[in-house]
Amino acid sequence: MATRQTQFLARSLLTPAVGLLFIWMIVPLALTIYFSTLHYSLLDPGSEAFVGLENFRYFLTDPAFLASLENTLVLVGSVLALTIVLGIPLALLLDQPVVGRNFVRLMVIAPFFVMPTVSALVWKNLLMHPVSGLFAWLAKLVGLTPVDWFNDVPLFSVILIVAWQWLPFATLILLTALQSLDEEQKEAAEMDGASAISTFIYITLPHLARPITVVILIETIFLLTVFAEIFVTTGGGPGLQTTNIAFLIYSQALIQFDVGSASAGGLVAVVIANIVAFFLVRIVGRNLEA
Amino acid sequence: MAETTLTIATVNNGDMIRMQGLTSEFTKANPDISVKWVTLEENVLRQRVTTDIATKGGQFDVLTIGTYEVPIWAKKGWLVPLANLGADYDVADLLPKIRDAVSVDGKLYAAPFYGESSMVMYRTDLFDKAGLKMPEKPTWDFVIDAAKKLTDKNGGVYGICLRGKAGWGENMAFLSAMANSYGARWFDEKWEPQFNTPEWKTTLTTYVNLMKDAGPPGASSNGFNENLALFNAGKCAMWIDATVAASFVTNPKDSKVADKVGFALAPNTGLGKNANWLWAWSLAIPAGSKKADAAEKFIAWATSKDYTKLVASKEGWANVPPGTRTSLYANPEYLKAAPFAKMTLASIDAADPNKPTVKPVPYVGVQYAAIPEFQGIGTQVGQQFSAALAGSMTVDAALAAAQSATEREMKRAGYIK
Repeated sequence: MATRQTQFLARSLLTPAVGLLFIWMIVPLALTIYFSTLHYSLLDPGSEAFVGLENFRYFLTDPAFLASLENTLVLVGSVLALTIVLGIPLALLLDQPVVGRNFVRLMVIAPFFVMPTVSALVWKNLLMHPVSGLFAWLAKLVGLTPVDWFNDVPLFSVILIVAWQWLPFATLILLTALQSLDEEQKEAAEMDGASAISTFIYITLPHLARPITVVILIETIFLLTVFAEIFVTTGGGPGLQTTNIAFLIYSQALIQFDVGSASAGGLVAVVIANIVAFFLVRIVGRNLEA
Repeated sequence: MAETTLTIATVNNGDMIRMQGLTSEFTKANPDISVKWVTLEENVLRQRVTTDIATKGGQFDVLTIGTYEVPIWAKKGWLVPLANLGADYDVADLLPKIRDAVSVDGKLYAAPFYGESSMVMYRTDLFDKAGLKMPEKPTWDFVIDAAKKLTDKNGGVYGICLRGKAGWGENMAFLSAMANSYGARWFDEKWEPQFNTPEWKTTLTTYVNLMKDAGPPGASSNGFNENLALFNAGKCAMWIDATVAASFVTNPKDSKVADKVGFALAPNTGLGKNANWLWAWSLAIPAGSKKADAAEKFIAWATSKDYTKLVASKEGWANVPPGTRTSLYANPEYLKAAPFAKMTLASIDAADPNKPTVKPVPYVGVQYAAIPEFQGIGTQVGQQFSAALAGSMTVDAALAAAQSATEREMKRAGYIK
């Protein structure tokens, strides 16, 4: 049992570390809040003036904002759906005892270790290029017109790339969970004459509920800020079709050099992320308690 | 004397890459100076250089900037005037239009490395085969008609390659110049944006239809370098872009079609303006640089007549940086080696930054308006227009979006109420 003195000592010893962490967090936040109330264009320095909430008004009424909010949600939702729907069968397959299982597992997980910029470049120039890409070549082999991916279906192309990167993550988590599934339960089900499908629905899937929750939570956090893939492949375009919130803030700050609006946008993004997190935790978080 | 290291930011265009390769000649002559290069793609270069200079970051000692930035930055006191370029630099030899573009109040704030306008580059063999003859001053009607006739999509040859990648220095440079030739303008005398005018509608409709009929796939992500690659691979019958591309498309080392390229003036519609732009990539020194003396030495070296001779001796006269000096266009050796020389000079002469449009405008600059807000506006408008090109937006919707975005920004910046 800690006495009052040792408690006090422990707290005072912790103070410098906690204080440092606090400053580490609060200074950038405070600066962002401060900048968000200024008219501050990098191209016109010296013109900084306090404008109150005008930057927020401009950011929120920008037609690009609604478009990018929608794109962000579509992107996160589609990638989540793709990684989970494809991750489950993949995990089930990898759970089977096959020759060279370790090697196969390693290859399946590999995309996760490729840097986002690199994978985006590979997809853009080697696979999806409408003139010289692999997909175009394959399409021509069977006499089809090559798809002009980033022109005709830009958001879908980005979703494909991001899903390709995150599929290994989902697979890995689900596979680990499958390995902890009680073999005896499956054997019992088999002896009772349950079909493979009902075994999957009544035993495997409930068992996977928790890892799926984990995948959704963690992926959402990272997918809300997808940037490199968009920057490399489409630059947010054509038009605003692949601009998400993160890219919109980048474009405010570094293409239009409007620090005020970008800061306001950054704060809006923080609020959006918190709203999403709040609902996610409420909806799927219950799974974790059970 | 301690060694000075210059950090030089530049764009990844061919002439600059060549300059990088020749740096050792400069450091040999100036053993106390060493040079570090930061070579970036155009859009990225602008971001880095602008944030650096605006926040007084001091990362770079020499900046590569364009005619757009020079007057704006010089007025803000961000650039060091170049007064000590040396006795044999011969400022008077710089082409008057280019010299004007990089000077403020008669003082030189940047030294032009190469200057450019826009022109038509076309494949003489394809034109002959189709029985077409390119006039020296083509009209848009002729260009459009020829582009359609020359397109052979199965054979992988497209009638015309044009910029489509969003960005004020990419698709908007071309589209603004094209719009000028159709009688359109960015702003009227009261700074009201003009995208709701019939002239812009004609321009954008013509452009989108032309690219649909005769352009390469994926055009909405093609900028200067992408189109250069396409043209050099023999996939474009025509390409309207910077005059500086001429030396690359006629260089047998880079280009499959080097001996089959002809040149013509940028197209017009008979209204008195051609789709010519005016640009010069220039070297400048940011204010506050502690190495200004060494930086100026480097700039003087890289933009001098001697540098031109150096490139000529190593790579041939056709490859010297064009468009900055009168003497170059009087040099018989250059004229002989560079079939595009006359057209380059004529194109530069045809562009007038002070009177860029058919109707009067309150701004200076042909393919841009020299105000600080233009980068942001131009990029937003460029995004809408690339969406129109990609077919994900109608021409009308793109113009309406461009109009409202530009109005918003201009109101915010206090130009209009």
